[in-house]
Amino acid sequence: MADFEPKIIAFCCFYCAYSAADLAGSMRLQYPANIRVIEMPCSGKTDIRVLLEAFEDGADGVYVLGCMEGDCHFLKGNFRAKRRVREAKKILDEIGIGGERLEMYNLSAAMGPRFAEIAREFTDHIRKLGPSPVKLKPGTATEKAPTGQ
Amino acid sequence: MIIAEGKPLVEVAGLIKDAKKVLVVGCGGCVTVCLAGGEKETGILAAELRLLRKKEGNPLETVEVTLTRQCDPEYVEMLNKYVTDDVDVIVSLACGVGVQFLAERYNKWVVPALNTKFAGGTVAHGVWEERCGLCGECILYKTGGICPIIRCSKSILNGPCGGSQGGKCEVNPETPCAWQLIYDRMQALGKLELLMEIQPPKDWSKSRDGGPRKVVREDVTIDG
Repeated sequence: MADFEPKIIAFCCFYCAYSAADLAGSMRLQYPANIRVIEMPCSGKTDIRVLLEAFEDGADGVYVLGCMEGDCHFLKGNFRAKRRVREAKKILDEIGIGGERLEMYNLSAAMGPRFAEIAREFTDHIRKLGPSPVKLKPGTATEKAPTGQ
Repeated sequence: MIIAEGKPLVEVAGLIKDAKKVLVVGCGGCVTVCLAGGEKETGILAAELRLLRKKEGNPLETVEVTLTRQCDPEYVEMLNKYVTDDVDVIVSLACGVGVQFLAERYNKWVVPALNTKFAGGTVAHGVWEERCGLCGECILYKTGGICPIIRCSKSILNGPCGGSQGGKCEVNPETPCAWQLIYDRMQALGKLELLMEIQPPKDWSKSRDGGPRKVVREDVTIDG
C-alpha cells in the first residue's frame, strides 16, 4: 500500500477549474501527477453514468470542479452538478465502493493555488482510502447499441 | 403518461445474480419522460450493475438498447438481433406493459427494473402526481375536470365525505380534498348547480372489475 499511487479523474468546468489549472501551471505550482484533468463545457455537463464509468475503468477517486455557487456561466450548472454528485455518491455507497471517493469542489478561474491545493488534498484523501475495490478484480466487457430505431 | 420509478439497485442485481450477460432494454415512451427508463437511465443502470459485479469479482457483460416503445410489436422486434443465445436475462426498464411484451416475444427470462406506479403527469421538475384512475368511463365533465375516482381517497361520487377538513383529506393531511377542489372550481365556473345532481353508483364493470380490458377499433385493424 505504501507505493500506491491513486489514479484520480478531475472533471473541470471550462469557465473556472480549467482556467485555474492553467493558472496553477503558469504560477509553477506543484500538485500531484495523479490527477487526470478532463475539460467540461460546464459542471452542469456532469453525468452520473460517466462518473460511474470512471470508477469502472479504474479510477480510485473522482472529483468535479465547478464555479463558485452563484457564479455559474450558465446560471445553475454547478447546482445541477452538486445534485448529481450527491446522487452518484449514494450509488457508490450502495455498490460498496464508497461515496467518499467522489467529491465536488467550487472555485473560480483566479484560484490557481486552490486548484493545486484541492489536487493535493484529494490525492492524500484517496491515498489514505487505498485502491478502489473494483480495481482489485478482473475486467469486464461492455457494448453499447445505438438507440433502436 | 405512465409513471414509474426504478427498483433499488440491490433488488435488480439480485434478479440477475446468476447471469453472465444481460440485455438492458430502455423504453423511449412514458418512462423516458418521467426519467425512469429512458436511454440515460438504461446507461446508468447498466453501469451500476457492471460496477457492482466487477467489485464482487463476477464480471457482468451488458448490452444496452433503447427501443422507441416497448408496448408496440413493431418496435419490440427491433430487439431481435440483440437477443442472442448468450443473453441470459433481459432487464426491461419499461412499465409493466413493456416487460410483458418482451416476455411474450422472447424465450428468455425477462425481469423488470422499474416499479410501475400510476397514470399521471409532471407537476414540477422531478415531481409526478397521479391524475387518472383508468376507470374506463370518464366522468370529468361532471366534476369540473377534477377526477374524484383517483384524487378522492375514497373514490366517492357524491362528495365530500365527513373527513374533509380545511380542504384536506383525512387519509393524508397533505392531500387536497378532491371534492373541495371540485366544489371550488365549479363555484368559480358558476356551475354549482351541476353538483346538485345525485350520481348513481358507478358501473365498475368497465374498470378492473370486468377482468383484463381490450379496446378494438374495427376501422384500423388490418387482419381479418
